[in-house]
Amino acid sequence: MTKDYLFEIGTEEMPAHVVSRSVKQLADRTRKFLKENGLKFKDIKTYSTPRRLTILVEDLAEKQKDIDKVKKGPAKKIAQDADGNWTKAAQGFARGQGMTPDDIYFQELKGTEYAYVHVKKEGKKASDILLGMSNIIKAMTFPTKMRWDSNDFEFVRPIHWLVSLFGSDVIPVKILDITAGRKTQGHRFLGDSVVLANADDYEDALKDQFVIADADERKDMIVHQMNDLVKKNNWKIKLDKNLLEEVTNLVEYPTVFAGSFDKKYLKMPKEVLITSMKDNQRYFEVYDQDDNLINHFIAVRNGNKDYLDNVISGNEKVLVARLDDAQFFYDEDRKYPLSHFVDRLQNVSFHDKIGSMADKMKRVRIIGDFLAKHWKLQDQAVKDFDRASELYKFDLVTQMVGEFSELQGVMGMHYARLAGENEEVSVAIKEHYMPATSEGPLPETTVGSLLSVADKLDTIITFFGAGMIPTSSNDPYALRRNAYGIVRILLNQKWSLPFNEALPEMVDLLKGKTPAKLPKAGTQDEEIASFIRDRIKQYLQKNKFKYDIIDAVLASSQQDPIQILAAANVLQLHHDDDKFTPVVESLTRIDNILKKAKFKGQAKVDKSLFENNSENELYAGVENLQDVVDLADLYEGFVQLQPVIDQYFDTNMIMDKDERIRNNRLAQLSNVSELADRLGDLSKLVIK
Amino acid sequence: MAEKKLNIQDMIMKLEKFWSSKGCMIMPSYDVEKGAGTMSPYTFLRAVGPEPWAACYVEPSRRPADGRYGKNPNRLYQHHQFQVVIKPAPEDIQQYYLDSLRVLGIEPLEHDIRFVEDNWENPSMGCAGVGWEVWLDGMEVSQFTYFQVVGELDVKPTMSEITYGIERLASYIQDVNSVFDLVWGNGVLYRDIFKEPEYEHSKYAFEESNQDNLLKLFDLYEATAKRLLSQNLVHPAYDYILKCSHTFNLLDARGAVSVTERAGYLSRIRDLAHQVAVSFVEEREKRGFPLLKNAKNKKAGLEND
Repeated sequence: MTKDYLFEIGTEEMPAHVVSRSVKQLADRTRKFLKENGLKFKDIKTYSTPRRLTILVEDLAEKQKDIDKVKKGPAKKIAQDADGNWTKAAQGFARGQGMTPDDIYFQELKGTEYAYVHVKKEGKKASDILLGMSNIIKAMTFPTKMRWDSNDFEFVRPIHWLVSLFGSDVIPVKILDITAGRKTQGHRFLGDSVVLANADDYEDALKDQFVIADADERKDMIVHQMNDLVKKNNWKIKLDKNLLEEVTNLVEYPTVFAGSFDKKYLKMPKEVLITSMKDNQRYFEVYDQDDNLINHFIAVRNGNKDYLDNVISGNEKVLVARLDDAQFFYDEDRKYPLSHFVDRLQNVSFHDKIGSMADKMKRVRIIGDFLAKHWKLQDQAVKDFDRASELYKFDLVTQMVGEFSELQGVMGMHYARLAGENEEVSVAIKEHYMPATSEGPLPETTVGSLLSVADKLDTIITFFGAGMIPTSSNDPYALRRNAYGIVRILLNQKWSLPFNEALPEMVDLLKGKTPAKLPKAGTQDEEIASFIRDRIKQYLQKNKFKYDIIDAVLASSQQDPIQILAAANVLQLHHDDDKFTPVVESLTRIDNILKKAKFKGQAKVDKSLFENNSENELYAGVENLQDVVDLADLYEGFVQLQPVIDQYFDTNMIMDKDERIRNNRLAQLSNVSELADRLGDLSKLVIK
Repeated sequence: MAEKKLNIQDMIMKLEKFWSSKGCMIMPSYDVEKGAGTMSPYTFLRAVGPEPWAACYVEPSRRPADGRYGKNPNRLYQHHQFQVVIKPAPEDIQQYYLDSLRVLGIEPLEHDIRFVEDNWENPSMGCAGVGWEVWLDGMEVSQFTYFQVVGELDVKPTMSEITYGIERLASYIQDVNSVFDLVWGNGVLYRDIFKEPEYEHSKYAFEESNQDNLLKLFDLYEATAKRLLSQNLVHPAYDYILKCSHTFNLLDARGAVSVTERAGYLSRIRDLAHQVAVSFVEEREKRGFPLLKNAKNKKAGLEND
């Protein structure tokens, strides 16, 4: 027999962002709990609102299976000693079955007597087991927990009631001084409390009390009502998924409404309006059919349509106050030239132990100029970069960014444009913060990409220099994300940068130009290079390269992300070819011999020492590959070369007694090995 | 909206009457400058230790950096908070709060009232709490917090704090766009009382304050607070900590504090706040936590009835 089991935790309003994941946590923990206790069920359905986390276990078995079985144990001579006492083996056997040695009896099997027990246990009732749900509440985790009253117990918000119904029976789960019953609460303002007769009554009973307990249904209601409004007014909206999720979890009974504001505010940059609406008020911004932002907004009320006019006018008033504030900042900021703000950056700290923003900008210019030269960027791009580097942090001291910090960069771009800076410079100011999250969008322009890379490199160099190196668990300044951003931008722009060579050069250029402490040459720049390599690894993992390929390409002496990615691509592409295994085997054989011979001599090959044609052929083949740039071509070259290498091994004794010949052969092989290293340390590859 | 619009002093009196009926003492505003009602000794000091406490009061809150010379319709050098603190927090505290809005003529069914997560932190006083900002038709009108830590001490039992932004709420109730148009009481407008002080305080905070003197004052106040703490003179020490805090806010408004120095000042204030919280509990303990006994006697008395 089965029944449905309803369990609801009623709380004060939980933060919107924890609701969905917490109810999932509740379901997962319950699923595990029921499985561990051998209680069968069909499925678990979840309900959640800001005030409740609920699960409905469908078709839950009323009891565990009964046990009735005979279990065979050790032979009698092992179970009892000479005096007929129970041995440890016998005791262990009985205990393992949840019995005592007294329950043991003997029976003959094929001429030997064995110990047996007859295990007979009635399955525990679900109604007893379910009392353990209190432990699930206690085990739940949240980003922030709180104590209330005089308790030590912590939860996301104070718990007010519990419902625990197995079919129509109350399972009186207890937490603190709350005992679960059959009474749940309706909407805080529109509803009343309801007594549930049955677990299955839950959803409908709450609907009568203005609570849509099913979060997906609530979301659908919001989307439908929104679409109706949008259609009616011939508007467009961009349905921000995160915002939709948030507003769904801010209400128990949604009613969508639209409000408007004075058109004069539309003269401000649209990001300012969107931030005011979206981030501060949780409104959806509205567009016309040509994607222009217009003076309306859409929001969701926690309630029905009654007195909606009050709600609309109240919300309009709040938004206008915010826009007024923004307008004030916008007007104030524009009264000053950019230099006014730039000058103040001397007093803005980048980090206590490193120095000011103004100082950072000077370093970034040096680094960027070095990179621009390395990548042979056009003069205009360099000019624009130089200008951007003089300005790019200025908006940090504007009033607008002081108030809306999320607009950093964006306001810089707008103010730079208004001050007559060119488009490249202006956009670079915005783009230097990109990517803002590890997988976020990248800068699109050359100058923006350059500024972003230089800014992030400077951050990493100076933090390492000041000894603030991230640990595996602690990276408060997001240096990993910065480094990952660098890798992504380099790959996106196809900018080659061998870090092992470039880092010491950059650090050298900065010497004497900044009060910041710089990384120690030789040790720390190697540390930084390896820090960045770990991010290349992250990138390759993220892009689903095989783990052995990742190990191989990262173990080579190659330090340029572009080359490393190219090598990984080639290896991944050919990984399943018939030729792949023989090629890799031939090449790793070479490495093994070189390693064994500890060959460190000159890699110069003397043709006059050749004794047969196989040596000529390998020599010619290697010569051919020396100038191959494209790694795909190099791999093809190896495929051609593989029989030649094998022939070489078949024909020649590498470790010849004559030292000159031996060294000449090793030199020949080390030339091949050096070429192969461009693809990676192939010995790391797992081949079939 | 209420038929006859409530003026500010009526609003305050209604809130006082309501919360008094829920067991709160009506305390006078505390006479040392402070940035928020939380910093009144009626909240900060009473939050720590095991004794029960229930109080409400109006607190003028000075935030020099928010001064706008009386020109911005919603930003003020000094605004007013109506503060309600109850320890231990009653189980129905949210319901009480909603009832208090009804007293002000705000019927929840006619509006959209939400409890939106906003965990409060005041690092300079070593305080943290969990709670919400309360939205009334999209406007934040109150802050609602369960104190968890005050002066770096665990708050146990937990204290609930409700802070009404008086000007915000009044702007809504009186339906005005500028706080200066609010009616304070008996026909006198907010502007008639506060317009000039707003201008003058802004002028002082942004232009006329003497940084060197403020720095000296900070050091002097800090030294005094430390000396008083060493003599277990908790309350005068706390007054000087408040003065440190306000002096720091003045320096900050002037832009005289760099980001680096900022952290230093905040940690100096936090250390004092921690010490004074510890001393307060020690001193109360020496006296046998008088309010704890009161509460027991009261309870015993009730049971005897």
